[in-house]
Amino acid sequence: MAKRKVVLFLVCLIPFIHTGWQLLYGDKADPLAYATHATGDWALRFILITLAVTPLRLITGMTQLVRYRRMLGLFAFFYVTVHFSVYWVLDLAIINGVGFSELLQYVTTDIFKRPYITVGFSAFLLLLPLALTSTNRMMKRLGKKWKPLHRTVYLIAVLGVVHYFWLVKKDLREPLIYLSILIALFAVRLFYHYRKTLRRAAANKSLPEAQRKPA
Amino acid sequence: MLIKSRQNNQLTENHVTDQGIYRQRRSFITSAAALAGMAAVPQLWLPGNAVAGARLAFKKTGYGQGLKPTSRKHITTYNNFYEFGTSKSAPAANAKSLKPRPWSVAVDGEVEKPGTYALEDILKNQSLEERIYRLRCVEGWSMVIPWVGFPLVDLIKRLKPTSKAKFVEFQTLHDPEQMPGQRRTVLAWPYTEGLRIDEAVHPLTLLAVGLYGEVLPNQNGAPLRLVVPWKYGFKNIKSIVRIRFVEKQPRSSWQAAAPHEYGFYANVNPQVDHPRWSQKTERVIGSFGRRKTELFNGFAEQVAGLYRGMDLKKNY
Repeated sequence: MAKRKVVLFLVCLIPFIHTGWQLLYGDKADPLAYATHATGDWALRFILITLAVTPLRLITGMTQLVRYRRMLGLFAFFYVTVHFSVYWVLDLAIINGVGFSELLQYVTTDIFKRPYITVGFSAFLLLLPLALTSTNRMMKRLGKKWKPLHRTVYLIAVLGVVHYFWLVKKDLREPLIYLSILIALFAVRLFYHYRKTLRRAAANKSLPEAQRKPA
Repeated sequence: MLIKSRQNNQLTENHVTDQGIYRQRRSFITSAAALAGMAAVPQLWLPGNAVAGARLAFKKTGYGQGLKPTSRKHITTYNNFYEFGTSKSAPAANAKSLKPRPWSVAVDGEVEKPGTYALEDILKNQSLEERIYRLRCVEGWSMVIPWVGFPLVDLIKRLKPTSKAKFVEFQTLHDPEQMPGQRRTVLAWPYTEGLRIDEAVHPLTLLAVGLYGEVLPNQNGAPLRLVVPWKYGFKNIKSIVRIRFVEKQPRSSWQAAAPHEYGFYANVNPQVDHPRWSQKTERVIGSFGRRKTELFNGFAEQVAGLYRGMDLKKNY
């Protein structure tokens, strides 16, 4: 178990290492734009991969998959953080020496005046409490509140896809691929949810009248 | 910051011949020998018949002195040319299917000498010059390109537009066989651009047929493309097959696609942001750095007069 987690951890780091390597040694024409796009792609991919765990479990019946979900979710958070840090921190602050007050102005204009960044940054803000409450201790402390809180990941995924749609100049094919995957993942969940309620109702009906639960 | 002073006689990376060019030295000698053999039939090696990569005869100019050209590799592999796909690498990968020779340009509208002109005829007796211009893309990056071409005004003078010609409209080839990106309607094909007539005859406005001293690679808009250095890159229409002189302002493809984002003028202006991103600075291609975007891409002195009294925020 622990060994597998280590392997998964290293695999999840590959896109980060690859992007960093390409950034430094890849002779990229537009290295910072490349790194921003690559980490953004991986952020969205990891959100979708995390969301795919439950549908995959439902389809395959492999219950142990859930054990890897936390790490996948935390990697989604990691790539989202790296994604906007490449622009605001690495590009503007570190490489191009934009001073603090000017940087603050850049960041606030971006967040409040550019809708696709507003949407993308909201996704990050919503991910933050999920990352912070991902520990066993926080799970215990929150008890029944934990699950509804972590359901916001659906909303986060939608925001991520909207963010992508909004920033594309013209060709919508790639964001459409992400959208279709998201819809497919929702569809699997809905299907199983619906089947469960149907089965429950059927089981209820087959009981003698006195034992039936009220509909 | 560490400031290194460099002695004048010291060679730097800039002085090193690009490896690609170095490797071509033998083929250059061979083609030069072939050209010498063809000297008896001079029109055969006019630029109109040249193939991508062939050397061009041109004179150097003072335009862009002091600018450091972006590497040939980045200029020819980082392109926006949706006719070959929407990613930056797609044009270099897919533009082989374009056949830039033979080529002709249809001229019509408010002009005394309409007709279909073979590229050779356009280039006959036309001296070429090299101009180093910075190309500022509306997406927020820029690269420095050593173009080889001639002022558009030279051609316009020969075509003799009438007094009704207030604008010039340009069109790119529309042929999904040669331009596979046109199989999908990403933009309204054919790609259309336009200039006001005074912009078109401005001495800075160039028709380019080459870069880095060689015939234009297909992905850079072979065989004939527009270069208007004070406007965003998308105004620089590529692979031109039609030039129309018109009375009314043409509607460009990007204007048609998103009128609130891309205007007819598209002058480089750090004060007028794109609705979705800032235009104050630009990423310098081939580096990690940014530079401050200049009004009219640094040509304010030469072109600001064209827009006197106009609200540049409204006429973006």
